Amino acid sequence: MRDFDRDDGVNRRRVLECMTWVGTGVLWTIAGGVPHALGIMGEAQAQEAKGLTFLQISDSHMGFDKPANPNALGTLQAAVSKIIALPQKPAFMIHTGDISHLSLESQFDDADRIISETKLDVHYVPGEHDFLDPEQKFYRERYGRGTKGAGWYSFDANGVHFIGLVNVVDLKAGGLGNLGHEQLEWLEADVKGRSASTPIVVFAHIPLWTVYPEWGWGTEDGAQALSYLKKFGSVTVLNGHIHQVMQKVEGNVTFHTARSTAFPQPAPGAAPSPGPMKVADDKLRTMLGTASITFKQNEQRLAIIDTPLQA
Amino acid sequence: MMRSVLAAAVLGAFVGSGLAGGVMVASAASPAAVVSIDNFTFTPPTVTVKAGTTVTWTNKDDIPHGIAATNNAFTRSKALDTDDSYSFTFTTPGTYQYFCYVHPHMTGTIVVQAATGSNATN
Repeated sequence: MRDFDRDDGVNRRRVLECMTWVGTGVLWTIAGGVPHALGIMGEAQAQEAKGLTFLQISDSHMGFDKPANPNALGTLQAAVSKIIALPQKPAFMIHTGDISHLSLESQFDDADRIISETKLDVHYVPGEHDFLDPEQKFYRERYGRGTKGAGWYSFDANGVHFIGLVNVVDLKAGGLGNLGHEQLEWLEADVKGRSASTPIVVFAHIPLWTVYPEWGWGTEDGAQALSYLKKFGSVTVLNGHIHQVMQKVEGNVTFHTARSTAFPQPAPGAAPSPGPMKVADDKLRTMLGTASITFKQNEQRLAIIDTPLQA
Repeated sequence: MMRSVLAAAVLGAFVGSGLAGGVMVASAASPAAVVSIDNFTFTPPTVTVKAGTTVTWTNKDDIPHGIAATNNAFTRSKALDTDDSYSFTFTTPGTYQYFCYVHPHMTGTIVVQAATGSNATN
């Protein structure tokens, strides 16, 4: 977004950069499946939230200590402190993966210790960094109870149906994120009998839509998953993985990615690789943060507010 | 598990150099090749070696990577943190496609040629 003024025409990269910029701090609502941008964050916060509010936290990367952020533990702690200080307590939290950096037990321990300070229920889905132990068992042992396959599940809260998907296991050479046949069949059956007026929230680590395939930012069979959700008037897809806010609205579906609490990553194509982006020390906390999602019932409204650790 | 992988690699190197010993008179050490992982890219993307060569991948990124053969044709590495390496000795000629199992858009190829043949006629 800092490259906004470059005179290189409107190419794909520039459009994506603009999306990033626009997504930051803008409140979106959905009324009857049609999204409207209501205004900037101050205006959004002025509207009293009724119904269900929950938080999204993502990409904690416990154990990360490289130059892009030598203290990922400290910034997770800062995010948790902000959550504890919220005037209105959220109903629960979702964590969209990469809890750990290397799937070490000590890294999961650190995450659990800090996140539990919020005293909120946390619904997890794994990132690819959470399946790096040789037997790929730590994630499932800690967070996978009552889930199917590698950790997918659904639950209901305040009339909203939540679906946690896993698109980080059994990845294929040359490909993107992957849900797989078994999970897709489960998803189809999970939503089949539900009323089209049920608001749906899908959350998974890697974006379910194709953000930037050159960097693997998308899900191979994400479109098939979304095809099962066509009949629903309100579908919200929440992801992490790309460590930056990005939003896209397509018909009845709002796609949104949350910031990491550990380190920022470059805008698509803005660097030679998607690796951790080193920014000035005083900038770092403006690029890390969490998201708050609110449903206002009877109005079929949904609002997503991204809050950085530091304005 | 890592220990057995290393053992297999060492054994492979031993067998490989033993086979090559008869024909590669000039070459005392067992052959080696390196692949660098930098900016989410395998460099060089294609490496051509003689059978018996030990290939070593080294991760120079600030993000972990992992090596896996596309068709499970060789043992996958554990997750490689920054500056970690993984070695495997290729004893059987063939073309081995591999990818990063953490970031599958990263792909590479190891082409293993028979240790005899061109060496024998040198």
